[in-house]
Amino acid sequence: MSESFIELRNIRKEFSGMVALDDVSLNIRKGEIHCLAGENGSGKSTLIKVMSGVYQPNGGEIWIDGKPVGKLSPIESIDHGIQVIYQDFSLFGNLTVAENLAMNVQLREKKKILNWKRVRQIATEAVHRLGVNLDLDTEVEKLPTAGKQLVAIARALMSDARLIIMDEPTTALTGKEVETLFRIVRDIQARGIAILFVSHKMREMLEISEHITVIRNGSKVADGPTSDFDEALISRHMTGTDITTEPYVWTAPADTTTTPPRIEARGLTVDGHFEDIDLNIHAGEIVGLSGLLGSGRTELVLALFGMLPGYQGKILVDGVETKLSSPQDAIAAGVAYVPEDRLSEGLFLTQGIDRNMLSTSYERLAPSMIIDRKRADTLVDKMIAEMQIATTSGKKMVNELSGGNQQRVVLARWLLTDARVLILNGPTVGVDVGSKAEIHRKIRELSVQKGLAVLMISDDVPELIQNCNRIIMMHRGRFTDEMACAETSDGQISSLLRTLK
Amino acid sequence: MTGNKMAWLRKSEVVIAGILLLAMILIGLVNPAFWQLDNLFGLLRSNVIIGIMALGVLLIMISGGIDVSFPAFAVAAMYLTIKGMLYFDYNGVVLPFVAAATMGALLGCLNAFFVYKFRMIPLIVTLGTASMVRGFLLGVVGTSIININKMPDVLIDFAKTDIITLPQTDGGTSGLTAMVLVYFVLAALLHFVLRHTMIGRGVYALGGDAEAASRAGFDLRKVIFFIYCVAGALAGFAGLLHSSMIWLANPRDFVGLELDVIAAVVLGGASIFGGRGSVIGTMLGVFMLVMVKNSLIIMKIDTTWQRVAVGVIIVIATAITAWRDNRAKA
Repeated sequence: MSESFIELRNIRKEFSGMVALDDVSLNIRKGEIHCLAGENGSGKSTLIKVMSGVYQPNGGEIWIDGKPVGKLSPIESIDHGIQVIYQDFSLFGNLTVAENLAMNVQLREKKKILNWKRVRQIATEAVHRLGVNLDLDTEVEKLPTAGKQLVAIARALMSDARLIIMDEPTTALTGKEVETLFRIVRDIQARGIAILFVSHKMREMLEISEHITVIRNGSKVADGPTSDFDEALISRHMTGTDITTEPYVWTAPADTTTTPPRIEARGLTVDGHFEDIDLNIHAGEIVGLSGLLGSGRTELVLALFGMLPGYQGKILVDGVETKLSSPQDAIAAGVAYVPEDRLSEGLFLTQGIDRNMLSTSYERLAPSMIIDRKRADTLVDKMIAEMQIATTSGKKMVNELSGGNQQRVVLARWLLTDARVLILNGPTVGVDVGSKAEIHRKIRELSVQKGLAVLMISDDVPELIQNCNRIIMMHRGRFTDEMACAETSDGQISSLLRTLK
Repeated sequence: MTGNKMAWLRKSEVVIAGILLLAMILIGLVNPAFWQLDNLFGLLRSNVIIGIMALGVLLIMISGGIDVSFPAFAVAAMYLTIKGMLYFDYNGVVLPFVAAATMGALLGCLNAFFVYKFRMIPLIVTLGTASMVRGFLLGVVGTSIININKMPDVLIDFAKTDIITLPQTDGGTSGLTAMVLVYFVLAALLHFVLRHTMIGRGVYALGGDAEAASRAGFDLRKVIFFIYCVAGALAGFAGLLHSSMIWLANPRDFVGLELDVIAAVVLGGASIFGGRGSVIGTMLGVFMLVMVKNSLIIMKIDTTWQRVAVGVIIVIATAITAWRDNRAKA
């Protein structure tokens, strides 16, 4: 084991009485890939800010290179070679790659006059050091996310980094881009630079890191070499509870012939997207819909929610044929849809929880054009309690909530409309482990207790296996396979998906 | 660095220059008198004041802000300076301009203070300071116009300087005022600052992403004060120059000018979202706006319709730049 680069000893940080970090110790060795795991709100960001000198701890010591440093300011932190790559990369979209790469060096050299030749020189060197190909003259905002990340990493390397802290670096990357990132991370490590990988994705941590530290509610709960951990153990440390995964079982009622399915599609076709789809989902069923992007799965659920009005074929809700020509029709028929990108499509981020929840119910609450405030407030309070949303008031802005809580607000909205069919598209994208389990539990509970029929699209294969009673595979606009989850494994579906390409 | 970045800048400005040329040809066809040197000299002369003010607005718009207070600052600096000159019976040129620019800069500091300290929206801040300054000027300093008979002669003589004088067919002369040189020198200075100094790049960085600029190590307080003070100084300077050029000091001058100047800056390709804009583009935008207004006058179109034209220009130019910026982001 090599010696340690930075060591945090018993760090404590309070914000006006609230304890954000309590007795947290973290030891990062030179040239090591270290993972900091924790759920949203566990204190990960606070810890990063202590290391980058943005926050001064209220207690504890910071040691760098075996010597205690009294107070760490942002500049001193950078001088010690600590670089943070934030989730938003902190780049200037309106400036070129070259200028972005050179900006920090120029600022550190306290230059007054900018030498464009030198900018070019620094940028060329930065790209060279990272060993990647970037067009220096492109404006950064024209780059894809992965490209922006490369610029941010290249810039960090230019400041003679000895530790690069990456905050949730894989959030917006595709699988292939994650592989590239990991290759670069290992390459950086080979030069003796330590990496702190901050994440809540367990698979990635296990793949990339050598050492894992887990924090929960501001305290360190575990640390050790990665070989000592597995997914279940990390998630137990992160959440503090065992997350059990029992398959979801649904038994068809004896009289299937007399009870029609909650939702049924017969010969459903939308030209160019999918054709001749037969689907039926009974009350209490959770059906998974899997397939590659572009398989027509998203279009299918959009049609079921009335957003592709030009469909051919029939849609029946509870045995009654219904023409779904608009989302309003679908809502009236009892179909609810939680879109893929809940942030952009599903929520009014700068509005309160209450308004978000009630946005589809206002017509019911205002029989004579005037909203029944009392009833609205009681409904909201009831839903907040029922969905266990962590908030002090229904007025809290939705953009102040965590991903899991935001997803619950969307679910609550649809429950208020007395939905009978719930369509979920990527229900837990960007949600941490604990909230994910909570959301899953809630969905199962809803389908059992309220007799909802649930159709769930997800790229997360284990998520489908754990929560659905059957999974339908879709490819090139057609259903190609259907399997019962009890008899299927992750591997089977994953390999099936691979063969589809 | 230069390759593509400069190519992009050039491209944006080439487009503006191309449109400008096209407009000039069209106007020339409708009214051949347009191409007479006399008229062109007059046009350039009308560029000076709007142009200098536009440089200040450009600076603020690149940083992501907006300024509507500069006409008020200009008129206050101008009126106070001339009152002062009359009071002390001062006969000089340099000191009054320094004084006017300083007053403008101090008022600009007021904007910067509110924008930086309270993170207020620049539009609201500058609306407020503009109203305060105008009201204060009229209420405390006075409302009377200082006419040519009282205007300091030094200022009038200074502004009369020509660089080229041409004899006219009717026996008189027409000249190109030396004030365009003043404008060009200020523009060249600002171009250098924006393009080749760290504080200039800081203005672009602030307009691109304020949080990232602060993390990178820019002193945002310094940058914001720099922007608003320079814009104020330019406004104060332009105010005094204006009254020297028209031989009178009217404390109610420049009303509604903010829209013309902002229109010119947007026309010159600066982004209302911040982060983009250049001195050359702005100068072209100013020329285009002045030319359009001037042609409307030549064509004897009512002044009320000129307001309509300015309004149309600002909406269309903003729509085009917004479209460009959104496309760049996609």
